[in-house]
Amino acid sequence: MTTHTYVLRRATLADGSTADIRIANGIIAELGGSLSANGASVIDADGLLALPGLVDLHTHLREPGYEQSETVLTGTQAAAAGGFSAVFAMANTSPVADTAGVVEQELALGQEAGYATVQPIGAVTVGLAGEQLAELGAMATSRARVRVFSDDGSCVSDPLLMRRALEYVKSFDGVIAQHAQDPRLTVGAQMNEGAVSSELGLQGWPAVAEESIIARDVLLAEHVGSRLHVCHVSTAGSVDVIRWAKARGIAVTAEVTPHHLMLTEELVRSYDARYKVNPPLRRQEDVLALREALADGTIDIVATDHAPHPTEHKDCEWDAAANGMVGLESALSVVQASVIDNGLLTWTDLARVFSATPARIGRLSGHGQGIVQGAPAQVLLYDPSAARVFGTEQLAGKGMNSPYLDLTLPGRVVATFHDGYATVLDGTLRPADEVAQAALSRRAGSHV
Amino acid sequence: MRHLLSTRDLSRDAAIELLDVAEDMADTQLREVKKLPTLRGKTVVNLFFEDSTRTRISFEAAAKRLSADVINFSAKGSSVSKGESLKDTAQTLQAMGADAVVIRHPASGAPQTLATSGWIDAGILNAGDGTHEHPTQALLDAYTIRKRVHGSASRGKDLDGLRVTLVGDVLHSRVARSNVWLLTTLGATVSLVSPPTLVPVNTTGWPVAIGYDLDEAIEGKPDVIMMLRIQAERMRDAFFPNSREYSKRWGLDDGRLGKLQATTIVMHPGPMNRGLEISAAAADSPQSTVREQVTNGVSVRMAALYLLLSGDREDA
Repeated sequence: MTTHTYVLRRATLADGSTADIRIANGIIAELGGSLSANGASVIDADGLLALPGLVDLHTHLREPGYEQSETVLTGTQAAAAGGFSAVFAMANTSPVADTAGVVEQELALGQEAGYATVQPIGAVTVGLAGEQLAELGAMATSRARVRVFSDDGSCVSDPLLMRRALEYVKSFDGVIAQHAQDPRLTVGAQMNEGAVSSELGLQGWPAVAEESIIARDVLLAEHVGSRLHVCHVSTAGSVDVIRWAKARGIAVTAEVTPHHLMLTEELVRSYDARYKVNPPLRRQEDVLALREALADGTIDIVATDHAPHPTEHKDCEWDAAANGMVGLESALSVVQASVIDNGLLTWTDLARVFSATPARIGRLSGHGQGIVQGAPAQVLLYDPSAARVFGTEQLAGKGMNSPYLDLTLPGRVVATFHDGYATVLDGTLRPADEVAQAALSRRAGSHV
Repeated sequence: MRHLLSTRDLSRDAAIELLDVAEDMADTQLREVKKLPTLRGKTVVNLFFEDSTRTRISFEAAAKRLSADVINFSAKGSSVSKGESLKDTAQTLQAMGADAVVIRHPASGAPQTLATSGWIDAGILNAGDGTHEHPTQALLDAYTIRKRVHGSASRGKDLDGLRVTLVGDVLHSRVARSNVWLLTTLGATVSLVSPPTLVPVNTTGWPVAIGYDLDEAIEGKPDVIMMLRIQAERMRDAFFPNSREYSKRWGLDDGRLGKLQATTIVMHPGPMNRGLEISAAAADSPQSTVREQVTNGVSVRMAALYLLLSGDREDA
């Protein structure tokens, strides 16, 4: 399996047409009918969708600092298993990714592991403390070429600091990805504030705490003429604010997570901490509004907010549990179930919202160019007709905190190609040494 | 009964059965020898992650009068304060052979987590979880109301037609939540009177009327008025300006006491802030059931432990 030339036979493209795809020298070398094998490994892709490798703008890889939860290796294995060829690694590591040194370390760890491109996100403020700007320029000009900055996990709540950050990153075409959560309105918050929280006696996380920050931030972005990205939009009201901002021509983009497209706060009635996440699961009305917004373009992309935690951080009473869910391995299936199978989005839309646009927002080259001749070979083979009971055996990262366990989900990732080599074949991750070697060869420019 | 976690899921029949068993238990407490052999050999653990001397000694008295062995496990000064998890504590109690765990916990849902986790087989009795529920408090309140209204003819009766007004901090009150569900299930009409800041933000699913004006509520001649405890720290979180204003608008002071019908029952789950949510005269008036509530609490908890631990325990 050291050959890096593949022919994917009779694959279905996102637009429904059928083609053979030749992957050679790290690129999509040829696209057409009945390509000759010519020494390549031939994969029967009949009935399988060939999609561009997914790009996740919002992943928590936990390394450095929280290696008991996830490492760059295990997190990118989870990514590959879910069909991703690139992930943006959030900055809330320890130490925080607020210097060139840390982001370059993350970049290097990703290159060594080889399962996916790891594009570090830099912190907006030193230590995510919300007090002083981090060295945004140094991170931008580092080898990691950081373009996305976020204090995710915390909100840049100080309006002046947010304004300055938005202005400052203009010099290198950066974007601030805001975790929109008013801290004063969400002290001790445990779940969506509404009928269910009132009954369960759990401290509420009101929708207005998200919507008011987004409203402020889009106005700031308009005022200073900067790019704003809104992380994990979770409420119908936020959708309205973003829709208004876009109509006004403000340069705002927004993401939604797979779990906010599928799950509701009703699940919290079990007090099962697997459903504890920030922002919290919302009402069914919110879920439907988010789906519509993704379909009409108000929300630009899907991003996982993959947040692995060790078992003991979830195996406890609700208040004591950590926020977050793993999501890389299940993302495509959950999106299929939420917006594809019901006809809201097509597979062409999927390629846009889960590959092309996130790469464009993050200014990441080498990804999101689609299944076209000459593009870097980031390719995913997916069987949308499969159905499976989602279990821990499908989780390739360290975190077992998936809200989908024991649910039947559609679809299955059959193969993932990253930079022209396979990270997943026959639905199974390729071994770490093989992938690392392939990545090394690719970087050295030698094509085995 | 496998567990007693909430009144939300308690049926009318199950509630009345429990209240009737509590009547039997109360009768035994009039005897010279109060101790019954019923739960001999059973181990009841009082697992308290919050200080609550009143509730703990009430459960302790109830278990002891049924001859159960009682272990008091307080989070203060135990391994819990050193960071032991709920799971490890539960597994420890399982290893020691606890038959029932009476749990008081600051986190809403902790008893349900214990009951559904598989960490422990014991019956779980919720003695107050966060701002969620406090089912035995509501049961003893229902018992007290029924006893005042129906006296020795209480057995088998519900609270049909009675109008109950709860006053105060509903938002943070597990007592209020448990009473809303239970009293409604038993046929009473429940209304809430509270500062707007201390009502949950969305009560569309609650079978109650909500008002902000205590005087208006008193003019409506309720059969029962239940004052909820107000906590001093609520002032710091800007729920109301200060205790003087709270007391003036939502306290049962002497003037309001005088306007109540003579038959209106005045209740308080304790501990009371005399002079804040209830005046001394109201607390000590013949209409007040504060001390009866304490006495009845033991009988109701005896009934709950009895139903939890005697006979065949069906699997949940």
